[in-house]
Amino acid sequence: MPDASNAFVRFSDIQKTYDGETLVVKNLNLDIPRGEFLTMLGPSGSGKTTTLMMLAGFEVPTQGSILLGGRSIDKLPPHKRDIGMVFQNYALFPHMTVEENLAFPLKVRKIGRAEAEARVKRALDMIRLGAHGKRRPSQLSGGQQQRVALARALVFDPRLVLMDEPLGALDKHLREQMQLEIKHIHQDLGVTMVYVTHDQSEALTMSDRIAVFNDGVIQQLAAPAELYERPQNAFVAQFIGENNRLHGKVVAMNGATCNVEVPGAGNVQALAINVEAVGRPTVLSLRPERVKLNPTPGSLPNVFSARVAEVIYLGDHVRTRVSVCGHDDFVIKLPNSEGVVQLEPGTAITIGWKTEDCRALDAS
Amino acid sequence: MAIMAVQSASNLDGMLLRIKLQRVERRRKLRAFTLVLPLLLLNLIAFVSPIGRMMFNAIHDDTLLTLMPRTTAALSAWDGKDLPSESAYAALAEDLKQAWAQKTSGVIGTRINYELPGASGEVASSARQASTLSAAPYKAALIEISPLWGQRGVWSLLKRGHSAYTAYYLLRSVDYQYGPDSRIVASPPEYAVFRDVFLRTLGISVGVTAATLLLGFPVAYLLARLPLMTSNMLMIMVVLPFWTSGLVRTTAWVILLQEHGLINDMLMALHIISQPAALIYNRIGTVITMTYIQLPFTLLPIYSVMKTISPSYIRAARSLGAGPFYAFWKVYFPQSLPGIAAGCLLTFIVCLGYYLTPALVGGPRDQMVASFVAYYTNEELNWGMASALGAILLAATLLLYYVYNKLVGVDQLKLG
Repeated sequence: MPDASNAFVRFSDIQKTYDGETLVVKNLNLDIPRGEFLTMLGPSGSGKTTTLMMLAGFEVPTQGSILLGGRSIDKLPPHKRDIGMVFQNYALFPHMTVEENLAFPLKVRKIGRAEAEARVKRALDMIRLGAHGKRRPSQLSGGQQQRVALARALVFDPRLVLMDEPLGALDKHLREQMQLEIKHIHQDLGVTMVYVTHDQSEALTMSDRIAVFNDGVIQQLAAPAELYERPQNAFVAQFIGENNRLHGKVVAMNGATCNVEVPGAGNVQALAINVEAVGRPTVLSLRPERVKLNPTPGSLPNVFSARVAEVIYLGDHVRTRVSVCGHDDFVIKLPNSEGVVQLEPGTAITIGWKTEDCRALDAS
Repeated sequence: MAIMAVQSASNLDGMLLRIKLQRVERRRKLRAFTLVLPLLLLNLIAFVSPIGRMMFNAIHDDTLLTLMPRTTAALSAWDGKDLPSESAYAALAEDLKQAWAQKTSGVIGTRINYELPGASGEVASSARQASTLSAAPYKAALIEISPLWGQRGVWSLLKRGHSAYTAYYLLRSVDYQYGPDSRIVASPPEYAVFRDVFLRTLGISVGVTAATLLLGFPVAYLLARLPLMTSNMLMIMVVLPFWTSGLVRTTAWVILLQEHGLINDMLMALHIISQPAALIYNRIGTVITMTYIQLPFTLLPIYSVMKTISPSYIRAARSLGAGPFYAFWKVYFPQSLPGIAAGCLLTFIVCLGYYLTPALVGGPRDQMVASFVAYYTNEELNWGMASALGAILLAATLLLYYVYNKLVGVDQLKLG
């Protein structure tokens, strides 16, 4: 646990229920250091947006307390929290021009006109919309509106910026462009940002750390690479990136590794990450790109014979579905580079993987 | 050469394309027109033509021209300074004889009576007695029969009758009339009621509109923010009175407001008042009842606009540092303005034409323009006055609408 001075935002023992029966957020404890870009990632209904809304002050925790800068903000109404927020549909005020939208938080704070104008101008330059200040939001494109919403949440130098799926309405190309733009703004300004999304690639692109939410609980809190390389449970492995799942039973534990009996395949060596004991069921998680095709015999501990079922050409890589160990949804990703064998459906092959790439997780 | 040939070919193609487009469009337009035609005809027959007819009636009156043709013609040379000459009296005698024979003296009397009150009987008896006159000089004889014919006023009235068009009704509607020398003068105080009536109509309409806005806005706000189930049920309660006739709803207020009605009885039982308050047959009763009836008209457009305002605007404003009231006033309220403008306009214009409610719960000093239109149409049978009052009300409404459009912008309105 990081010490309190390090935690700029602290959720402590937060619970939230809407109907008094089911908990939307269960015993949430989360520390966010100053200047971090933290993403709350999860499927809809996982409690991530509720958590964000509690931080913004639009929802009240049923239990627990939230600290901002070391002080409890439980009794503070939203407008006194000094938190900038970007909404899913931008929520730009349609009856105001872009400039008036940006000046709104400054006007509320009674910042002098000259100072406010300078700040609005700086904000417009930051989002490269200097010439559009007199337009109405409806006259801007989706991406431009998004940038205005972002600038409006930043223009009053808030202590914290929250974003609730702000890129959801944009097309793929624009979304990727905006992801980088937001990331760069974060790097330039160094402001703490909490970002909510259900898009894993968005989370991986932008975040310092990602909190994966499911069922009201943070499943794993880690940096993007850590999360992808070392998922701690089956949900995270499944939710972040692609993964092959093999169901089996633990037959032996040898410290960091274990042996798992997979029906139809036999014994598989795997890292014991989240297994309870010998005899218990487990799920083996294996990234498609970590599977080796036709390995030299003896070079890998896990080698199995397989048959190519389907080959899908995707440009940068070839996605190959093989049937192995009684599973016919086992996927291998082969990079489209020189020297890689071209497979035909029906070909008999062998596949293998290292023990470190195969993680034995909870059987969910 | 080759290029030119290509150009002309493409021009030809272009023309063909345009013709094809026109043919397709024509069929589509024809179909659309056919669908609209019944409504268009209904509007023409039931709305536009009566209004046109009414506007025409307000300035057109050929009673004297057709029923007293000789007199009106004989007066065209009259300078209006003194009584007319013997020839005009002779023409008058002829016209009166004809009127007596054709039994039209009553109509003539009524028309003259509009401008010279009390003249109706004089005209009738003059016509009867003129029928016995046989020889000149008529001037002395007619003045002998009725002193009316010795007044300049009646003669200038008859002279104006030479034209089938008159401004008399419009002038009366704004408390002016013709003097004995055909100059426009203010009506005498006992007849000068109409400016008051118009101002009263405007005042009541503005008051009722403001009251419906004050009462309707918070309800619309509540309805727009409640969950759908609850808001639907409350909405039915708002709309329910729509399904009841205005007469019934007004009568319900008679029961509530009367001297020993529910409200007075309750207030007295609670010892808030010791004497029954005068709530009915006065301005208070009129405004209360009209406000009640008009409330949904103001509320519904506001509600339908509020329904489209996302709650995230308020949240955004709050997160940007605005307190609850500031966020409402600067962010929510401006966005609801199109609905407010539409609702108020609707209620205001409907209010201008109120007749039933003031008649049932108002006193004599609360009657609006429509009551006078009805009075002149049904009781006095003075369609000229009825039309003139209606025309002025229509013109005033259009003028107000124009001003409103300049202030608010009608393209900003949203009725739902």
